[in-house]
Amino acid sequence: MVNPPIAMLAELTHRCPLACPYCSNPTELIGKDAELTTDQWADVFRQAADMGVLQLHLSGGEPAARTDLIDLVIAAREAGLYTNLITSGIGLTPKRLEALDAAGLDHIQLSLQGVTAQIADRIGGYKGGYDRKMHVAEHIARIGFPLTLNAVMHRENLDDLEATLDMALRLGARRIEVACVQFQGWALENRAALQPSLEQVNAAKGTVAEAIERLRGQLVIDFVPPDYYSDFPKACMNGWGSTGLNVTPDGTVLPCHAAETIPHLEFANVTRQPLKEIWYGSDAFNAYRGTDWLPDLCQSCERVEIDFGGCRCQAMAVLGDASATDPVCRKSPGRAALDAMLVQDTNPLDVPEFVYRRL
Amino acid sequence: MIKASDIPFLPRGVRCQFDRVRGVEVLLGPERVLMLDDIGKAVLGRVDGQASVDMIAEGLAKDYDAPKAMILEDVLAYLGDLFDKRLVECAHG
Ligand code: SF4
Ligand code: SF4
Repeated sequence: MVNPPIAMLAELTHRCPLACPYCSNPTELIGKDAELTTDQWADVFRQAADMGVLQLHLSGGEPAARTDLIDLVIAAREAGLYTNLITSGIGLTPKRLEALDAAGLDHIQLSLQGVTAQIADRIGGYKGGYDRKMHVAEHIARIGFPLTLNAVMHRENLDDLEATLDMALRLGARRIEVACVQFQGWALENRAALQPSLEQVNAAKGTVAEAIERLRGQLVIDFVPPDYYSDFPKACMNGWGSTGLNVTPDGTVLPCHAAETIPHLEFANVTRQPLKEIWYGSDAFNAYRGTDWLPDLCQSCERVEIDFGGCRCQAMAVLGDASATDPVCRKSPGRAALDAMLVQDTNPLDVPEFVYRRL
Repeated sequence: MIKASDIPFLPRGVRCQFDRVRGVEVLLGPERVLMLDDIGKAVLGRVDGQASVDMIAEGLAKDYDAPKAMILEDVLAYLGDLFDKRLVECAHG
C-alpha cells in the first residue's frame, strides 16, 4: 500500500547569489523564465495539502530571489501547511522578514557556510555574504522566528565544529543540522576537495556525542555523518516514494532532489498532471518503491526495512546502476569502488580547486 | 529537566493540527511530525500555558480514574521527551 506523502520540498528557483561547490541543485540549472508562477505554486501547495502533505520546505537556490516569496508563504499557510524557509539569508531585509512573520512563516532554516567571513565567503563564492547573513540572523532572532542552523560540513570546515555549535547557541537557534556533504550534483564534482579525512570524522563524532549530552533541552543536534565513512547506507528519503517529494522550479516532480541523475527515469510535471496522480501512479515514483525490486543481497538482509538498500542516486553515480545496493554498504560488492575513491580523495597531494556552482 | 510545578507550553513554531487526510491529531515542529495517540492527545490537549504538569496529571487522573502518582510519572516522561526535542517549553512555576 502506498501512503500519502508527509513533506514536500519546493525548489522555488535555482537562482542564488551564492555558488557553494556542494550545492544540491542539479548541475544543469533551470533559468528564471521556466519557473512556475505564483498561482501555479499556490495550486501545487493546495494539491499537496489535499493529498496529505503536512510540511512544506521552501527552498532553492535562494527562495528569497523570488519577489513573490511573501505571497507564496501566505498561500502555503492558507493551504494549512507547516511552512519552513530554507535560505542563505541573502536577500532577506528586515522589512521582508517582518512581512514573512505577518504571513505566518513557521520556521527558518539558515544555511551556514563557515564560522568566519574568510571561510564562509570562500565557500559561498560571494564576498560580503557572511556579514549579511549575520545581520539577517540578528533580525530573525529579534522577530523570534524559530531557527535551525544548517551547517554543511566538509574538509575545509569540519575542524570548526565546536565554533559552529557555539554560533548556533549565540544566534539563538533551537536546532542545528550538522550535515556532512552528501556527494550528489555539484558536490560530486568537488568530491576530492570536500572529502574529510578519517581523523576529522572521528573527532567530529566525538564532539557531537559530547555536545548532544551537554546541550540537551537547549540545542537539538542532528548529525548527518559522511556516507563514505559509514558501514551502512542511509535510508535515503526514508524510502523512495514513501514520505516525501520534491518539486523543481519548473514543476517537475521528483522522488528526491537528485533523481534526475538516473537517466532512464522520466519525470512528470505538475503543470500537466495532478500531483496526486504523479505520486501514486507515475513510473518514476513506482520504480523503486518498497523493497521487492531490491537485489537478493538486500532482500535477505535484516536491515532491509531500516535502510531500504540506501540511495538510488548514489548507486547510479558510483556503480552506474540505480537498482544496485548502495555502495556505502559493507556487504555490497560495490564497496570496493567507493573505498578506492576515498583513498584517492584523501591523498593530500592531490587537492583540486573548487568548481563553483553557476547557471 | 522538567518538574511537576513547571508550566508547559508549545513554543512558537510548534503546533497541534488535525490531519484531515489521515484523520489523526498531529504535532508539527521544525522537521518533526508526530502523529498523536490517545495519550499524546490527552496530555497535549491540556497544555495551555496555564496548567502546571501537576495540574495536568491531576485532571487526567480524574478523567481516567487512575492513581495520580502513576499518571504524573507518565506525563513527566512524555513532556520531558518533547522538552528535550525542544517541542515543549516550560515556565517555572
Ligand atoms: S547550497 Fe549555496 S549555492 Fe546552493 S542554493 Fe544553497 S546557498 Fe545557494
Ligand atoms: S545489504 Fe542492503 S539492506 Fe542490508 S545493510 Fe546493505 S544496503 Fe542495507
